[in-house]
Amino acid sequence: MENIYLTIALSPLFGAIIAGFFGAILGRKATHTIAIAGVLISTVLSLYVFDVHVLENGEIFNQNIYTWMQIGGLNVSVGFLIDGLTSVMLVVVSFVSLMVHIYTIGYMDDDDGYTKFFSYISLFTFAMFMLVMSNNFMQLFFGWEAVGLVSYLLIGFWHHKESAVEANLKAFIVNRVGDFGFLLGIALVLMYFDSLDYTEVFSSLDVINGVNIFDGVSVITTICILLFIGAMGKSAQVPLHVWLPGSMEGPTPISALIHAATMVTAGIFMVSRMSPMFELSDVALTVVMIIGAITALFMGLLGIVQNDIKRVVAYSTLSQLGYMTVALGVSAYSVAIFHLMTHAFFKALLFLAAGSVIVAMHHEQDIRNMGGLYKKMPITYVTSLIGTLALIGFPGFAGFYSKDMIIEAVHHSSLPYADLVYYAVVVGVFITAFYSLRMFFIVFHGKSRVDQHTKDHLKESAPSITFPLIALAIPSVVIGYIAIEPMLFAGWLDNAITVSSGHQSMTELSHRFHGAASMIFHALQTVPFWMMVGGIVAAWVFSIYKTAWADAIKTRFHRTYYVLDSLYGFDRLNEIVFVNGVKKLGNLLWKISDMGLIDSMLVNGSAKVVRFIGSVVRPIQTGYVYHYAFLMIFSLLIILTWVLFSGDNPLLYIDF
Amino acid sequence: MDYNLLSLLIWLPILGGVVVILVGNSRPETARWLSIAISIIVFVLSIDLLSGYDSSTHSMQFVEQFSWITQFDINYHIGVDGISLPLIILTTFSTILVIVAGWEVITRRVAHYMAAFLIMEGLIIGVFSSLDAILFYAFWEASLIPMLLIIGIWGGDNRVYAAIKFFLYTFLGSVFMLISLIYMYNKGGSFSILAMHEMDLSLVEQSWIFWAFFMAFAVKVPMFPVHTWLPDAHVQAPTGGSVILAAIMLKMGGYGFFRFSLPITPDASLEFSEVVIILSLIAIVYIGFVALVQRDMKKLIAYSSISHMGFVTLGVFALFLAYKPGATEGALLGLEGAMVQMISHGFISAAMFLVVGVLYDRLHSREIATYGGVINSMPKFTGFAVLFAMANAGLPATSGFVGEFMVILGAIQANIWYAVLASLTLILGAAYTLWMVKRVFWGPITNDAVKELNDINGREFAILAILALAVLIVGMYPQPVIEVMHASIENLLQQGLNSKL
Repeated sequence: MENIYLTIALSPLFGAIIAGFFGAILGRKATHTIAIAGVLISTVLSLYVFDVHVLENGEIFNQNIYTWMQIGGLNVSVGFLIDGLTSVMLVVVSFVSLMVHIYTIGYMDDDDGYTKFFSYISLFTFAMFMLVMSNNFMQLFFGWEAVGLVSYLLIGFWHHKESAVEANLKAFIVNRVGDFGFLLGIALVLMYFDSLDYTEVFSSLDVINGVNIFDGVSVITTICILLFIGAMGKSAQVPLHVWLPGSMEGPTPISALIHAATMVTAGIFMVSRMSPMFELSDVALTVVMIIGAITALFMGLLGIVQNDIKRVVAYSTLSQLGYMTVALGVSAYSVAIFHLMTHAFFKALLFLAAGSVIVAMHHEQDIRNMGGLYKKMPITYVTSLIGTLALIGFPGFAGFYSKDMIIEAVHHSSLPYADLVYYAVVVGVFITAFYSLRMFFIVFHGKSRVDQHTKDHLKESAPSITFPLIALAIPSVVIGYIAIEPMLFAGWLDNAITVSSGHQSMTELSHRFHGAASMIFHALQTVPFWMMVGGIVAAWVFSIYKTAWADAIKTRFHRTYYVLDSLYGFDRLNEIVFVNGVKKLGNLLWKISDMGLIDSMLVNGSAKVVRFIGSVVRPIQTGYVYHYAFLMIFSLLIILTWVLFSGDNPLLYIDF
Repeated sequence: MDYNLLSLLIWLPILGGVVVILVGNSRPETARWLSIAISIIVFVLSIDLLSGYDSSTHSMQFVEQFSWITQFDINYHIGVDGISLPLIILTTFSTILVIVAGWEVITRRVAHYMAAFLIMEGLIIGVFSSLDAILFYAFWEASLIPMLLIIGIWGGDNRVYAAIKFFLYTFLGSVFMLISLIYMYNKGGSFSILAMHEMDLSLVEQSWIFWAFFMAFAVKVPMFPVHTWLPDAHVQAPTGGSVILAAIMLKMGGYGFFRFSLPITPDASLEFSEVVIILSLIAIVYIGFVALVQRDMKKLIAYSSISHMGFVTLGVFALFLAYKPGATEGALLGLEGAMVQMISHGFISAAMFLVVGVLYDRLHSREIATYGGVINSMPKFTGFAVLFAMANAGLPATSGFVGEFMVILGAIQANIWYAVLASLTLILGAAYTLWMVKRVFWGPITNDAVKELNDINGREFAILAILALAVLIVGMYPQPVIEVMHASIENLLQQGLNSKL
């Protein structure tokens, strides 16, 4: 089996190398064939691995490939851990990646960087595989940073755009702020458990039972919160979310693959992987839950006021990542992974559909310039509708199951503030439905606001674009219905996830679960369902029925609107405090301390002192022999006087 | 061993350099080919040294000993262990690169230029392999001279100021070292470094010796606050000079801490370890901020060097607090991390200076503001530059990650706040490096000169590709590097922990 895992990871890398170095020679067709073949191999093998490890026996494969570093008794290796969690991630990542690869053929058709783009997305797929297949913290960090690198390169793919290269710098550095915490967390893991291997660490968690690192703060809480800071960066949780909207500067396929379906969920995956540790700290879990809730609610609100088609989806992604994080916080890890999976399909679908619209609109992204597109783009329209219904949790669709389970899990959580978080996630359903349908109506329905030139050329996208839409629409409908029972209650993830007996959410959920079908019928009696309906109605009213009302509300509540429109001021705060503050500090240190104090005063100062002494002494060096002779005789006189008139003088003992 | 391999490594480049001088500046082509041939032979010999090295023991190997100045018992005594060997390889490797890098660029006094680097190579290998304190001191000071000339002759507009500043700074430091070496000779009657390791010294003696050494080594590393010569020296030095300065000369300071400070003055090192650590952390954080606001690319990389070298001194001196009885891993992580960081910095700083050199050769400007959108005219070059920038920012799978990762893992075991401050480099390093990349390489083309740039030629491609491979291989598989040094470092750890009191 080891060779199969290696092939899964390495075949996209191979594709990336070929596309990257020989793309120009091979030409477009050969390049994308090789790149797609690489990912296709991974997809097929991932399905096989899923079959073996999840459907058949549920065994765990855990083996090192090679020793990266051996110091004394500490071994850090590159290795694979394949269990239920990894298998699910492999299938999700490889499938979405394959769809995005195919989609790219059509989407990037007129782009000069065609082969480079394939190289990057294949490289990304490799890095993501290394991340989810890792059996230790070092390799996890490698994958973590490697996906960040590719994200950086792809956000700035259109490097001639100033906004793109600003966004990718911001993305990298904000992620580094998260990694700062993450790395410290890893360092503490090594310090207390003398290992970076997952299994070894998880099996020796007892050693830090009751150990405090600071007064009143336990080691485990510190480690978990530091690791979670890493997750906040990668999975864009408030306040480290600021990079994700900017990442929309990149081409749409990567917004779907990296900034919606896979990379941004790495934090969710990581916390699930670390569930044995997080379970030991209620404090950390509470922090996770609250941060998630804040993100889910407040980022959703921002989705309402956005007019860029991709940014609406981006804020929706932030909000959904918040939902997943909430699920982690209430110890419903399998639910978080379940939502991660359904979200990967329907959000990739929504992004790719948005991309299809963007291509048809000749790279117009402002939804106010669209409208009535459903007639011209039937496939995009229907698949978008499916994606939207999945996102807002329409009963029966994929997102319905996962979101409902998250809300129920919060409901049964006994963590402090869980009741408040419950309201946040329920209100979030209304908001999700509102912004999703608002965009849907404005883009596809209502009066066409498309300019005449574009309108003449408006047509459905090419098959390479519509095929992935259809292929992603299918799981967006059915995957929730199919997967909910085995994934949450029948043990797909049991060999990877630990839940302590004190955290009852999952047990409560399983008591109340009576099959996927009955959930649909039961939905009518639940609050979230009516919240969703309310959201749909509100969206219809404001974007189709009485558009003037939207403006009226905007004027009436202009302060609220201002707060939302300025994105709660995070960007401005960062600009003032971090960007400018740090530059000022740097200049201050450089000019005053480095150049002023050290260089001018101490270094050149001592040179000046030498020069000064020199200038004082120099007149004595007259060059006249009689001056020197006089000085010598005079000095001798003084010395002799001193020798003769002082009593115990050392000079007297010198043996001439 | 049939022949005196180590001596050959020292004297072949020195004598070769002399021959190159004799060839003369009037025959530049001969001088170039002769120099490259010598440097490649020396490199191959150094690989022979590596393959003949037994990494299972910490004892000195390839030892040669002859009496030199009998009256004072000064010997020509050389040998290598796992600490010096990697640095010697780094030296022979970097010398090839600078000779190739100066191939077309240097047109004035070609033979002298090439000879200076060859002679410097021999002298620096001498530094790393000396086992006699006076021999060491002689090589140490002698190696300043070629560098002084390189900056002073082939440097920029303000080269004389920079050259003198460089010389006086480093010379001043070394004088104190000489005094303490003579003191120990007077006490123990031998200039043998290994004998000094065994010498009994009181805490007062150790403290004096420690600070005297510190003056010499801290200037070289360079540590805060004696670092201000480095940005000036780099800015004025020609590309090759910067490469050797950053890749190798700074390592002489780090090497000094390994070879002298820890084993000779273990108790003083323990006593003052926190001072050194605080200075290292200042270097990492404070210099990180300073690097951020630089407008000159070379200055930025120079400051980045200081910040990265902070990890070396941090890793070395964190050992006392990181060490827990029965568990040496924490201390070893710091020490070996420091070594790996030195090697990695050798590659990355060399690469970064070469990258700037490529741009400088074309537009004769080091100002960041001159550039913008370089990727449009130089895509291949930008690929390399981004790779090295990422390595400089410590991206995993590059060598830049390994050393910093190890040192942070070690430092946290000494004190969690050390690790917190050191980890700030994750943010600062990425910020100053990638901000520069953004302004130089990305974005729209800012002016016509950039539009006209030619992408790198085969020679430049080869140099950068070799460095890229080195950076990636060490990043993905550092174990062989660690294995070479492991026995020696473990022994050093014991020396550092055994009190002489």
